[in-house]
Amino acid sequence: MSIAKDLTRLEEIVRKLEADDVELDAALALFEEGVARLRAARERLGAAEVKVQTVLEEAGGDLRLSDLDG
Amino acid sequence: MTYSLPLPAIAPTDEVWSVTRLTTSVKRLVEGELMPLWIRGEVVGCKAWSSGHWYFSLRDRSSQVRCCMWSRYAQTAGEPPKDGTEVFVLGKPGIYEAKGEFQLNVTRMLPTAGIGAAQRELERVKELLQRDGLFDLARKRPLPELACAVAVVTSADGAALRDIIHVVGKRWPCCRVVVVSARVQGDGAVHALARALRLVNRIPDIEVCILGRGGGGREDLAAFNAETVCRALAEVRVPTISAVGHETDVSLTDLVADHRAPTPSAAAEMAVADRREVERQLDDLAARLAGGLGSRTRLAAERLARTADRLQGAMASVLRRERHRAERLGGQLDALSPLRILDRGYAVPVGPDGHVLKRRAEFAPGAPFRLRVADGDVPARVEPS
Repeated sequence: MSIAKDLTRLEEIVRKLEADDVELDAALALFEEGVARLRAARERLGAAEVKVQTVLEEAGGDLRLSDLDG
Repeated sequence: MTYSLPLPAIAPTDEVWSVTRLTTSVKRLVEGELMPLWIRGEVVGCKAWSSGHWYFSLRDRSSQVRCCMWSRYAQTAGEPPKDGTEVFVLGKPGIYEAKGEFQLNVTRMLPTAGIGAAQRELERVKELLQRDGLFDLARKRPLPELACAVAVVTSADGAALRDIIHVVGKRWPCCRVVVVSARVQGDGAVHALARALRLVNRIPDIEVCILGRGGGGREDLAAFNAETVCRALAEVRVPTISAVGHETDVSLTDLVADHRAPTPSAAAEMAVADRREVERQLDDLAARLAGGLGSRTRLAAERLARTADRLQGAMASVLRRERHRAERLGGQLDALSPLRILDRGYAVPVGPDGHVLKRRAEFAPGAPFRLRVADGDVPARVEPS
């Protein structure tokens, strides 16, 4: 699940909550999911530094991704 | 800025100009009016001084102009051109005040012969790609809003890659940058770039592809005008950004890519979001989330209150009905009360212990009892037998 998906779902949840036709228990479930999504998105955003990888094509034609330091 | 010289006076008056004032005014007039221009001409009498500066004339059939090229520009132009070489020069017209001479200050020089061949090839490829619709605006894909994996096709040791990683790291550190290195100039660059671009399509989860290199001479950027590179770029399955050279250079990959960035750093800024902005968005969503639940529970509370009111109303009406019924029953009960019977003249004998005497056996001769009548008790006694 990506940040984009978290944000899209959050928008949807908030819109539903802001509309008046949600039952209370459904609203609580939406709220809980929203809080979880927020937390997940914030965690993802909190990554300390960008991950750099290089890609090489091996003799057999397979791709090999390896992390690049610095 | 436009300067105009004042109209000449009839005779020498207080308005007599010095030579310096004249040359300065003309200099301003010329240099203020004309921007750097590309000029085509034939080089005559080029002298390269030990300082590195070049002095020469540029001429065509009917005119010529003195030119100077300072060493820092001259050293980018290779060998001094021989007499009769046809060139394009980029220069700014000016006045050399010490000699009162009009001259061109040249910053770039390109022989027309080399340019001719490269230009013809460029036009050929451009026409082909245009015919095949590779420049069509309808093909252009929008960039994803929050890309988390970016492929970068460039030289592994170039400044372009460092710039891109720096910008992505600053703006969007949760991103993954996959470097697909390729030669970007010289022999084999065309093949390497095309191959790298095809490889991008096989890397999982990539969302954007940047094709880039730092600035360079026109020759150095040639690979980015190659047909195979352009076609490979068009076939990249994710949105592409071309960032080749500096702002003034446009390559064919710039026209084929979905987006064009003036520099590799600018490409990185286009490719990824700004973390701070997304954090603000999340804060806003968090506030709305809390507010949304708040209003939802308020709504529930209001409904509950309304329900309670109705319940109370219902209870009250039940109670009212019950009270009426009780009152009615009370009336019936009253009608059945023995006291009402006493009103009609009946009397009830009650023994000393308070219980009603109903049988003969309960009346012992000489025993006292009370006779209850409508308005009270009357003491009585059974006749002795």
